[in-house]
Amino acid sequence: MTGTLAALGAGLAVIGAGIGIGNIGGKAMEAIARQPEAAGDIRSNMILMAALIEGAALICIILAFFI
Amino acid sequence: MFLTLGYLTAQDHSGHGHDHKGHDHSTHQGHDHSGHDHSGHNHSGHDHSGHDHKQNAAHHDDHGHGHHHCDCGKHDDKFDAGKIAFHHIMDFNQFHVFGDFYVPLPCFLKSDDGFKAMLSSSFGNAGHGNGKYAIDRYVMVHGTVMRIVDSSFPMGKVEVGCYGHEDIMKDGKELPLYTVSYNGKCLELHEKSTLDGGILGGGITSFYDFSITKNVFTMLLGFLILFLLFRTAAKAYVTRKGMAPKGIQSLLEPVVLFIRDEVAVPFFGHKADKFLPYLLSVFFFIVGLNLIGQIPFFPGSGNVTGSLSVTAVLAVFTFILTTINGNKHYWEHIVWMPGVPAWVKVILTPVEIMGMFIKPVTLMLRLFANITAGHIVLVIFVSLIFIFGGAPTMTQAGSTGGSILGTAMAIPLTMFMMAIELLVAFIQGFVFCILSAAYIGAAVEEAHH
Repeated sequence: MTGTLAALGAGLAVIGAGIGIGNIGGKAMEAIARQPEAAGDIRSNMILMAALIEGAALICIILAFFI
Repeated sequence: MFLTLGYLTAQDHSGHGHDHKGHDHSTHQGHDHSGHDHSGHNHSGHDHSGHDHKQNAAHHDDHGHGHHHCDCGKHDDKFDAGKIAFHHIMDFNQFHVFGDFYVPLPCFLKSDDGFKAMLSSSFGNAGHGNGKYAIDRYVMVHGTVMRIVDSSFPMGKVEVGCYGHEDIMKDGKELPLYTVSYNGKCLELHEKSTLDGGILGGGITSFYDFSITKNVFTMLLGFLILFLLFRTAAKAYVTRKGMAPKGIQSLLEPVVLFIRDEVAVPFFGHKADKFLPYLLSVFFFIVGLNLIGQIPFFPGSGNVTGSLSVTAVLAVFTFILTTINGNKHYWEHIVWMPGVPAWVKVILTPVEIMGMFIKPVTLMLRLFANITAGHIVLVIFVSLIFIFGGAPTMTQAGSTGGSILGTAMAIPLTMFMMAIELLVAFIQGFVFCILSAAYIGAAVEEAHH
């Protein structure tokens, strides 16, 4: 039972992170399309932001399996 | 006899779970289990359920020993992809190459009886990474050194029986208990001491393990490769001064320049040169070991950057650099945020202090989880061959058609995943590097308000 709940919790965390990273990716693509000369800056900022969101999701996943 | 027992074991396994307590599993000494004896000898406390069912009427004799039952022989029941994947990402005292061939690694063990140095091969090989002998009460269980708790156990080299493993409930937590059989008795084993304080199920036990383990070996290999690469490149800048880069130089120079121009300069400005060595070291260390981990055979395959201890140390480095380099503005924004009402400051200060620690924790978890997940997924994809093959036990062949179908699925999936992992190896190295730069950069930034 606890294992199932943990898996559900991890799944919910991943949904949130998926939406977040999807938004970042989408907006970054739009931004690059609008200003191709700024592609380098946008790309590294995109990776940075995605990594921050990923961190929140990973904390949820790890907590879900340790508690 | 082996095939029959294997079949019966597999048949009975499903309804049985992994808890064998419902049956009478007291030691069945004196039976002849030679037909499927994997660990070689002395199968006391044998628990092959199929076997029990077949002969339950005849052999329900209870040899009560006063000890709990040794649950030996459980590990070679059925193919379990999850178990194999978790086995793959762990650290061991010997390096598994193939089959029953292991590369011995040096073991340095410290207990109350003193310091002990030896090669892992001196434990002998009884199959499945188990050792044949106990040496000064140390035994090798599934590739990991453990220690017999019983202090009356003879020192020196002693042949021991099979190894058991069960989960016991202790303080409301399910903890693994390892046992070894010796002279018909079941002896409890201690795992090595860990510093996690029981959070991850470890704690201080009767011995410390300072061995060159699989991960340490891989890390040393990584150091060596990186040293040779950079030594060659550094020499070339002296001998080929003023000329265009060549060979390894042209491989490393763009990467170094990329880290300097895209990571260090934007976050540190004129202080970039002070922090560039740390950022480059972290980047090349992580990328190098990620790539070595992608090699599926001997010198590679170690899950170093997917080990919490390694990533924790890297995160602590970033934490220390952030803390000691933090200027007045950094600390002011943490303990007493300027420009907000006093009652908000009361809320903000604890949050900011928590944030100080959460940043390195996320650094640690991100790298660990990404690399470990990659390794697990790769092993699971390869396991498809065996899952579709439907082999009843690990030592038996499954159906050929199923195996071929599984292989047809496994090859493209594994290749796809390897390609993704190649990308992830670089991205995670870059992310660790850029986030370290962002955290340290925020601490050294001059005020501009």
